[in-house]
Amino acid sequence: MTLASVLIVAAGLVGIGLYGALSQQSFVMLMMGIELMLNGALLATLGFWSFALGGAPEVQLLAILIMAVMAVEMAVGFALVVAVYRARQADVIESLGTLKE
Amino acid sequence: MAVTDILFIALSALALWAGWRVFRVDSMVRASFWLMLSFFAVGGIALLLSAPYIGVATVFMMAVEMMVMALFMVMFMMNPAGLNPMQMVHQHRLSIAAGALAFAGLAAAVLLTELPSDPVAADTRVVHDLGIELLGSSMLIFETAGVTLLATMVAAVILSARSGRYGDAWEGAVPPGLEPGGTPAGRVPDEEGGHHAHHGHDDGGHGHGGHHHGGHA
Repeated sequence: MTLASVLIVAAGLVGIGLYGALSQQSFVMLMMGIELMLNGALLATLGFWSFALGGAPEVQLLAILIMAVMAVEMAVGFALVVAVYRARQADVIESLGTLKE
Repeated sequence: MAVTDILFIALSALALWAGWRVFRVDSMVRASFWLMLSFFAVGGIALLLSAPYIGVATVFMMAVEMMVMALFMVMFMMNPAGLNPMQMVHQHRLSIAAGALAFAGLAAAVLLTELPSDPVAADTRVVHDLGIELLGSSMLIFETAGVTLLATMVAAVILSARSGRYGDAWEGAVPPGLEPGGTPAGRVPDEEGGHHAHHGHDDGGHGHGGHHHGGHA
């Protein structure tokens, strides 16, 4: 277990998440792709913390902030999905061609 | 050491495989549970990386978050039990290429960079240090995260609320008329307004024209 191996696993998670975020038609599945990318970011942060930065506590704080970003992303994302569905009865990306109405 | 390596390889494989299964299963509820498994594996790797607090917090938080996500999946999915094959993708080849390219680029950057090496000392009291940091010099950042979460809660309620004190949610978004008291310049989004009547199948053609209210002069 080295820093490079941890970062490569994180890169794999980011790659899979990017694939999901680009390829999924459903809003909720798209958000799962974004979550997976954040998962990779969290892992990379922890890898740097553990192997390269001597256990600086600020990096743990950064990891906590990444978790807060995950929570914010999910809450606002689902609220937006509900709002879009209410306004246009759309739950897949193809139904939305314009931003306004 | 060898035990740690084996555990790391197993958890990494689990994280990546579960992440891949998220987009390959036929039921969206199962997808959210696979995502939860991927997060749990990353939490386990965090434990191996001697970050116990972050690892356990990840597991707890993702357990709750994925339960909420599964609820939303039930609301929004069209294939509840995964009894039929589900393939809801677009621009599939482009997405695969983008994902593979992102992985290859990041992996190349990792392998070609001379990474610094300053591992965390074995006798570091990591949780203690984190607590001092959270409630000490970085307290403002930590509190900012708390206020951000509060603002998120307010925003989520506002975005998903159907109507407010002064009427339906879309009323504030209607542009003024071209002449005073005239028809709004834009399109009225939904003729039923706040009623949440089921619209049958709208096949996305809801967008344009369609609903001009009143007679244009």
